[in-house]
Amino acid sequence: MGVDSKPAVVVGAGPAGLCAAIELKRAGAPVVLMDENGKPGGQLFKQIHKFFGSREHSAGTRGFEIGRRLLADSLELGIDVRLDTEVVGIEPGLGVWAVERRSRSYTLEAGCVILATGASENGLAFPGWTLPGVMTAGCAQTLVNVHRVLPGRRVLIVGSGNVGVIVGYQLLQAGAEVAAIIEGAPALGGYGVHTAKVRRAGVPFYCGTTILRAEGEEGVERAVIAKVDRGFKPIAGTEETLEVDTICIAVGLTPALDLAYLAGCKPIFVPELGGNMPLHDGYMRSSVEGVYVVGDTAGVEEASTAMEEGRLAGIHAAYALGFLGEAAMRERTEATWGRLDSLRQGVFGQKRFAAKARILAEGKVRA
Amino acid sequence: MSGEASSGGRRIASHPILGEPEAAREVTIYLDGAAIAAKEGEPIMSALVAAGVGVFRHTKRGSPRRMFCGIGRCTDCVMTVDGIPGVRTCVTPVREGMLVERQEGAGSWKGGEGHGRR
Amino acid sequence: MSSTNASLKTDGAPSIEELRAAGVLPSREQLAQRPCVCVECIEEIPCNPCETSCPQGALTVGDPITNLPVIDRDKCTACGACIPACPGLAITIKSLSGDLAKIRFPWEYLPLPEAGEEVDMVDRMGMTVCRGKVVAVSNPPRNNRTAVVAAEFPAERVDEVISIRRKHE
Repeated sequence: MGVDSKPAVVVGAGPAGLCAAIELKRAGAPVVLMDENGKPGGQLFKQIHKFFGSREHSAGTRGFEIGRRLLADSLELGIDVRLDTEVVGIEPGLGVWAVERRSRSYTLEAGCVILATGASENGLAFPGWTLPGVMTAGCAQTLVNVHRVLPGRRVLIVGSGNVGVIVGYQLLQAGAEVAAIIEGAPALGGYGVHTAKVRRAGVPFYCGTTILRAEGEEGVERAVIAKVDRGFKPIAGTEETLEVDTICIAVGLTPALDLAYLAGCKPIFVPELGGNMPLHDGYMRSSVEGVYVVGDTAGVEEASTAMEEGRLAGIHAAYALGFLGEAAMRERTEATWGRLDSLRQGVFGQKRFAAKARILAEGKVRA
Repeated sequence: MSGEASSGGRRIASHPILGEPEAAREVTIYLDGAAIAAKEGEPIMSALVAAGVGVFRHTKRGSPRRMFCGIGRCTDCVMTVDGIPGVRTCVTPVREGMLVERQEGAGSWKGGEGHGRR
Repeated sequence: MSSTNASLKTDGAPSIEELRAAGVLPSREQLAQRPCVCVECIEEIPCNPCETSCPQGALTVGDPITNLPVIDRDKCTACGACIPACPGLAITIKSLSGDLAKIRFPWEYLPLPEAGEEVDMVDRMGMTVCRGKVVAVSNPPRNNRTAVVAAEFPAERVDEVISIRRKHE
């Protein structure tokens, strides 16, 4: 046990990375957790709603409380957390090139690397989209829930997936007005329970509707929306002008793959999970020996699934480094998969389940 | 902020889920010479939004920009901070006496030696 | 638009018909007999805190956790523990007494309404359907900041009413 003294390096201290590091440390493996931000937690601290799932997924607990719990666990375990540390390269042989506080550069020889670098929100190009006042839904969410400032008074949300709808609700809670939530598709994307609580607060939803342009001189003053036909082409004569000072874009996320590509991970294209992502197997191993991918990096889902994927990689990495026996590894992996599977069921989960199954089927070829 | 369009930004006093704001020491930063009250620990972006600042910079073609992703990915929110252009204001915490300037295009380096690194 | 021609996947809120078809709306007879839990959760999402919060075992989701919740009205004591436990804020408790209806619903906005306050009652589309009166507000720590508000309003609106109108600053 513990023959290799090189640490596991986890990149990204969001829900997936924290859980991976916690599993490793619990098994007694040396682990270094790096994050470019000044605070750990990734995007968990802007999630102020109660999470779904069951008790074992911390259902009913608000996202930021789960974040606090994970941080407390990592503190108690004494995990080496390096903040303000950007990983800018992964060299062959798993040399992790890090830059601390934009001033000190060093390379850490890693026994394995777990990439938990998350995702970025997609943009949406329309005339006026660069105007001040147009921002991603996550940006507005960070402003109201983390920094506690309102970016504007009256908001249009473009995109009705869970992100758009939840941010709409949280903008209402923060004291803003939401003029409308629009959706290009003929049906709303988010959970009905989320849309229902926003609708009963008086926020209208418009399906089959797109944004034509944002208008204003030095910032958003109006948004012009219109109905679209089945080919998503705007229908002339259906334009409507909304007086808003903020437009939130909630049209999906794309895995952050910079480091995975630098490490040489083979990609796979899975549109349901955000586009290109590294191919991986059921232990979250990428195509590169010793490199794992977890959370949104391995396909955009939710914080709850990201945490379980982080655990999977942490458990297997602890085994690979010699800190966990095979039987224990298999047992913990199976339990974690049980929890993951239960999150990928139902009308919303099935698509993600099938997409993940496709990745794993391809990923197995390597393993 | 005389003569400037206000963005309608403001601080959230009490919140149904987050409760009352944590007490934070107030620091002063300067936007193009004008004093702005900021809270220790917050990024430059949120201090400017709270002060109702509607434009963070202009592109070389004169098009206004503010913030877009808010988490350090997109560089929409960059400004010149203590003489260094292109600083991401959404992930750079405020500091007492910080000099924040709107830049045009890529901006230019100001001053000589002795800047704080960031 | 009223609730009657709305639909969950285009308007954001379920119509009375959709709810009826899903079997989550209690009848007027049931409502007159005792307070009835209404779980307006008609999509299979992975979630079961309603089940684990119920001290009587009256709400069942089972395995898989994407099953829709099923209520056993004989076991339910209308204690209301499930109202703040539901992450979707989809649970209310309604009852009828003469020409008055009563609703207990979750509330996560400021200002919190106060007992005795006259308010606008809204339907699932956010439209005001009648006036009502807040009779109780509770927000103990175990609710984790999801307050539960009780309000009374005219009995004929019992199927439509879901919440109260938010006050703007």
